[in-house]
Amino acid sequence: MTSLDAILDARGLTKRFAALVVLNEVDFAIAPGEAIGIVGPNGAGKTTLLNVLSGAYPPNAGSVAFAGHDVTKLDAAERNRRGIARSHQVPRPFGGMTVFENLHVAAAIGGQFSGPAANDICVEALALCGMIKLANRRADTLGLLDRKRLEMARALATDPKLILLDEIGGGLTDAEAQELVLIIRSINARGVAVVWIEHIVHILLQVVTRLVCMDAGRILADGEPRAVMRNPEVISAYLGSGAESAA
Amino acid sequence: MNFLNQIIQGVLLGGFYALLACGLSFMFGVMRIINLAHGSLAILAAFLLMGFCNYTNLSPFIGLLLVLPVMALLGWALQFTVLDRSLRAGPLIPVLSTFGVAVILDNSMFEVYGANSQSLGPNIGNLAYNSWNLTNTISIAQLDALVFVTAVVVLGGLQIILRYTALGRTIRATASDPAVVDLIGVNARMVYAAAAAMAMVMIGLAGAFLAMRNSFDPYAGGPQLIFAFETIVIGGLGSLWGTLVGGIVLGVAQNIGATISPHGFLIAGHLTFLVVLVARTFGGRIAWRALLPKRAAS
Repeated sequence: MTSLDAILDARGLTKRFAALVVLNEVDFAIAPGEAIGIVGPNGAGKTTLLNVLSGAYPPNAGSVAFAGHDVTKLDAAERNRRGIARSHQVPRPFGGMTVFENLHVAAAIGGQFSGPAANDICVEALALCGMIKLANRRADTLGLLDRKRLEMARALATDPKLILLDEIGGGLTDAEAQELVLIIRSINARGVAVVWIEHIVHILLQVVTRLVCMDAGRILADGEPRAVMRNPEVISAYLGSGAESAA
Repeated sequence: MNFLNQIIQGVLLGGFYALLACGLSFMFGVMRIINLAHGSLAILAAFLLMGFCNYTNLSPFIGLLLVLPVMALLGWALQFTVLDRSLRAGPLIPVLSTFGVAVILDNSMFEVYGANSQSLGPNIGNLAYNSWNLTNTISIAQLDALVFVTAVVVLGGLQIILRYTALGRTIRATASDPAVVDLIGVNARMVYAAAAAMAMVMIGLAGAFLAMRNSFDPYAGGPQLIFAFETIVIGGLGSLWGTLVGGIVLGVAQNIGATISPHGFLIAGHLTFLVVLVARTFGGRIAWRALLPKRAAS
């Protein structure tokens, strides 16, 4: 894939927190509509990569291009208006507002819709995430699964071209996670590129067509999911981290 | 009958306190800033309006058309010069920095306008003293009624903006969780600037009415800040209609205090504030402890 085709093209991304190098010259490109999974042991730099792509903080070196424009210096709000959405590990809905109001702010500001168009995309996002019946509930009364759904619906209401999901399956039962798999699949089926960090590999593999394994701030393997999982370096990274945590 | 009149006058005074407090309440509700320059900014608006009236000989109500946008711009500027930087340093710093702004404003106004007491009462003609006499002992000053209606309109308008407009929803989302609104394309600093501008328009209105119904001088901001603060605490932080209730409770308490003793006006207001504050702080907690099972000492 050349950089011209890519919806997002990151080059030489380096991020340091004081002396700790969390991302070490990472190159990462995403094609439009692609579904990519990111795995790796704790501290591999997965979330940091998402943060640098979404603009939560700037990289120390390297560049991020989105839809053909350099967005390295743009903040997260501006990147979101251009089409990068993201969700957090722990969902953070706007508690005092209804589910629909949560989405409407996202559609009006992030998606820059107004009038009926804003309502339409909110309804569409709610339907896709199976939340129509919850539209008028206050967001702080929702349970964990519904909060996660809301987090995705809200991201979707900003009309993204790329959605970055950070461990959205965490804390859910297997059945609940399966529901999220269906939602993420249908988001991806609409042509939205998905990058998904997840520890629960078997649910990840139901969605993604490309798997990236990170370790110690670098991309260890990148390609067809089954091939990546068989990669000896990937296996040793996981076993190594397993041995450490057992000690 | 005299007692009833005092209550009615107290309710009307409460309208002024509500108008005075809503800018302070709104800024705290959205930005979590306790703006200690609140009273001084109201006095600044009063002096700006006085300057306009003296220069043009036009009515203060026409002057508001100019002064309120100027206040909004000042709010915008205040956010990017003082508040935004202070907020990044933690919750205590905005208290210190807005206190600094108050000191600078008070003394600058003293330098420019001198220590003389001013009033815009002479500039509003009959409205300054006309009233409706309901009975022999009860009369309602037209200016007081106008202030009360303005307070209700401002609070109601604010409620409508927050509930039914895109700007209002964005403000509520930002107030709810400023750290994540960038995920939906919202720049929290710009929302704060808009909120500061709106708060300053409310402060400008309060300052204008203060100047029409009372006299003011460069150091008059402090007492106004205290009245606004007491109104908010009595009414409950962050509640718009609570602000109106708080203002009315404070105004009625002060007027009843004044009928009991000539010095009772301020003392009754402060006492009411203290009682509510203590009840709010300890009342809930004491009730809780009584309900909790006793824990073994560890």
